[in-house]
Amino acid sequence: MIQAGDTAFILASAGLVLLMTPGLALFYAGMVRSKNVLGTIMQSLIMISIISIEWVIIGYTMAFGPDVSGIVGDLSWFGLNGVSSAPSSDYASTIPHNVFMIYQCMFAVITPALITGAFAERMRFGPLILFSLIWTIVVYNPVCHWIWGVGGWLGNRGVLDFAGGLVVHLTSGAAALAAVLVLGPRKGFGRQSFIPHNLPMTVLGTGLLWFGWFGFNGGSALAANGIAATAFVSTHLAGMAGMAMWTLVEWLHRKKPTTLGSVSGAIAGLATVTPAAGFISPISAIIIGLLAGIICYTAVNLKNIIGLDDSLDVVGIHGIGGVVGTICLGIFASRAVNPGGSDGLLAGNASFLGTQIFGVLVVGTYAFIISWILLKIIDMLFGLRVSEENEVTGLDLSEHSETAYN
Amino acid sequence: MKKIEAIIKPFKLDDVKEALNEMGIKGMTLTEVKGYGRQKGHKEIYRGAEYVVDFLPKIKLELIVEDSHVDEIVECIRQAALTGKIGDGKIFILPIEEVVRVRTGETGNQAI
Repeated sequence: MIQAGDTAFILASAGLVLLMTPGLALFYAGMVRSKNVLGTIMQSLIMISIISIEWVIIGYTMAFGPDVSGIVGDLSWFGLNGVSSAPSSDYASTIPHNVFMIYQCMFAVITPALITGAFAERMRFGPLILFSLIWTIVVYNPVCHWIWGVGGWLGNRGVLDFAGGLVVHLTSGAAALAAVLVLGPRKGFGRQSFIPHNLPMTVLGTGLLWFGWFGFNGGSALAANGIAATAFVSTHLAGMAGMAMWTLVEWLHRKKPTTLGSVSGAIAGLATVTPAAGFISPISAIIIGLLAGIICYTAVNLKNIIGLDDSLDVVGIHGIGGVVGTICLGIFASRAVNPGGSDGLLAGNASFLGTQIFGVLVVGTYAFIISWILLKIIDMLFGLRVSEENEVTGLDLSEHSETAYN
Repeated sequence: MKKIEAIIKPFKLDDVKEALNEMGIKGMTLTEVKGYGRQKGHKEIYRGAEYVVDFLPKIKLELIVEDSHVDEIVECIRQAALTGKIGDGKIFILPIEEVVRVRTGETGNQAI
């Protein structure tokens, strides 16, 4: 039975989540040098096109189609066959099936876009498209099915992920780590400084991401109800707490509160609360945001000590955020808040924490290994990196024949 | 004394700087310049309209050296900046009448 309010809310949420991809493009583009701003934007923006096509043809049926042994959906909804404006019997029964489909499409779009921050300023555009397309098919679609698809094996084991801590943030974070290892650092890494060329652009991107995140997490209730409200509130509280904590820690550690630090903390808080948003109390959301601020700050600083060129901190913020949030859900989840969820450690259910840690290990390992193999193969066949000369010239001119500022 | 002016490809700057440091060259002046010779410029595309940009970014290095060091330094720069393709750059050698160090007032080779 279709409910007008639910349908309107999820349609609006789908629009909000779409906006996150151009938001992410600006967030990333502000942090690169001015010769790579368009190249960086394009790497995120193009996903709207190629992943939406993939999703409609094969992605949706792989992720949400009728289950095959808990691993993947079968191909009976290939090309959206049978996915109409009538409600689905399995998912979100109060909204048209195609509304659920297009809402989930936006999640598939932003996930490979998140990875691009790891290899910013050195990846060729053609191989990037090939990688993102195949990655979505072999990593995103199956993992999405395991957790959110009816019959998915991790979901059956009780692993919970409200809006994508595992499906979106950990898969992209693990792929980012693989990409950093396969591509290697930028020319001059460790000797030369890579100073962000336009932080106001990054702040604008943060604003769009935060705004879109209300659709990402709030909409994941799949109805305009109390759980959506819980998720909306959690999202905001964790974002603000992450911002406060990162800024404070940086102020103490480096003696100055920085703009880039405050927006990084906000994104860390938002990413970390994503798996938990609809299952926790407001106070838990604040604690998760504070933890995100300090843990992700530490992770990003560790990166510099280890010497990995995860250029825009996809591993440190999204990967670690996904891990911390999923584990925190195992601690803070409460049936009193959401009867459809689970009780966590603090409610006396330690086994759920174990289930969540199992989910992190499975998804993190799978996404890392498959991404690494895929990147190696594409590197051997086509080459992932631009030439040294093109890297110094910048991606804008060498890959796109444009310059951002004239 | 001579001035060596070397116009090189930007991505070769690190190599040239390192090679010169290894020879014991203590200082140089660098300018980001634009220019063209035999190498054609690049093309930019905006909604299908193509614009040819003649002037390409290059790096100009300037060094003042003793006469006896000129040949080896020029060869060092040439080797480090070489890719073998058109657009590798040019090296100019000019006579210098006098050099004065501002801090001490030293002149000639002492001031280099």
